[in-house]
Amino acid sequence: MKKILILGGGTAGTMAANKLRKALPISEWSVTVVDADDKHRYQPGFLFMPFGTYKPEQVTKSRRKYLSKGVSLVYGQIDQVDADANSVLLTDGQKLTYDYLIIASGVTPRPDETPGMADDMGGSVHEFYSYDGSVALAEKLRSWTGGKLVIHITEMPIKCPVAPLEFAFLADAFFKHKGMRDKVEITYVTPLDAAFTKPIAAEAFGNTLSEKGITVVPDFMIESVDPEGKKIVAYDETEVPFDLLVTIPLNMGADYVARSGLGNDINLVPVDKFTQQAKAHENIFALGDANDIPASKAGSVAHFEVDIFMENFLQLIKGQTMTHKFDGHANCFIETGGGKAMLIDFNYDTEPLPGKFPYGAMGPMGLLKESRLNHVGKLGFRWVYWNMLMPGRPLPISSLMSTSGKRTDLISAK
Amino acid sequence: MPTTTINGREVAVDDEGFMTEYDQWDDAMGAALAEAIGVEMTDEHWKAIHFLRDDFKVQGETPTIRRVSTAGGIDTKQLFVLFPKKPAKKMAYIAGLPKPHGCV
Repeated sequence: MKKILILGGGTAGTMAANKLRKALPISEWSVTVVDADDKHRYQPGFLFMPFGTYKPEQVTKSRRKYLSKGVSLVYGQIDQVDADANSVLLTDGQKLTYDYLIIASGVTPRPDETPGMADDMGGSVHEFYSYDGSVALAEKLRSWTGGKLVIHITEMPIKCPVAPLEFAFLADAFFKHKGMRDKVEITYVTPLDAAFTKPIAAEAFGNTLSEKGITVVPDFMIESVDPEGKKIVAYDETEVPFDLLVTIPLNMGADYVARSGLGNDINLVPVDKFTQQAKAHENIFALGDANDIPASKAGSVAHFEVDIFMENFLQLIKGQTMTHKFDGHANCFIETGGGKAMLIDFNYDTEPLPGKFPYGAMGPMGLLKESRLNHVGKLGFRWVYWNMLMPGRPLPISSLMSTSGKRTDLISAK
Repeated sequence: MPTTTINGREVAVDDEGFMTEYDQWDDAMGAALAEAIGVEMTDEHWKAIHFLRDDFKVQGETPTIRRVSTAGGIDTKQLFVLFPKKPAKKMAYIAGLPKPHGCV
């Protein structure tokens, strides 16, 4: 019996487990997922919980329920991976061996990596990149009477890089709806040199922020949070005062990755960007946010990546060369508030471009354009996630990015 | 691919003036690039620049500030003193390497 062991039963881990189980004979291959608990969270929901759009129950489902019957689920915490011995040690002493290992344990927010950030977490400092954080922020926003709201990104990469922008847009709409927008000053603070770094999309977004009266502070590399003085301080000594700080803390891969000597300085696993095979070990793959590919950390990337991984893996186990190349395809809905959203679709080589998606000129969704249909798409996606993606059902969208329907004429000549 | 003349030699650059050919750089080139952006080079500056060059050779990409601090042994705060305001960009420029990639 050959063994596939998957560390992490989230978005990437669940899709990989279910697809592998379907593709491989159960008499020859076992597929096992290890995770800490049975709570599979719909992470895109964390953006909506602070504003009351989703309730906590709506973002959590049983992990076991969404893994196929023939997939084993082991509950536990990972102590270490011994890549030379092809085994994983859990903190309860269990040792699991494997023929192939898939690291799919994602990234988590680490407020304690920035001095002062964790000190007043839950008070005047909040984050929505964890279930608990998002629930606490919902509580805070229900009764907050206004002041300086600072939305802040600690360091790139973060998962869901557009979420901080969406939060800013949704916050603007939230306070307008409550009739208190004039009592809130919203500032968006980022280590990037602009709110958005790709030129064509930056133009589309730059206007949205100023239209909503949101000030942008770029090039801000945070050194510390001063919870008493209520300000964030950068290495270059720039300061931004706040009454309520909603920060995206440093995102790091799991600690066991570091303990096992498998990660870089933020615990991401270095992989081949086309196959997601670990550079250091031929029988280890890292899928989803846990790897270091130069693409966004997003569920859509995990989805397209897993599709390509499946094709490659089936070649690999037959002793063939892996010939399929993931192109870094990502797509993202971006909530802009007031029942509208934008959609972007891009990959390693092509920045987000205006146009139509996914069926060429037929659309129906507009790229880099605010529309109600895109907002419906964003909310409707929750159904797609649980009913199509997690069970491993194919979506009628190509895994590799298509230029069909895109305004490629707008790319400036290099 | 645009080119420019630095230190009397014609080199390939991208549209922001960052050098694109690893082997076209040498210390004298680095000194000229530093002067062009008003950075006065000391031994400590060179330590950072040489770390960037060596690390790029091994890793295939320009190290982030975090990596210069943890693997290169130069405190982040100090990097902001040596290369004020935008250390990541300035160091890459002086070292003749691509900017560490910002993300979508």
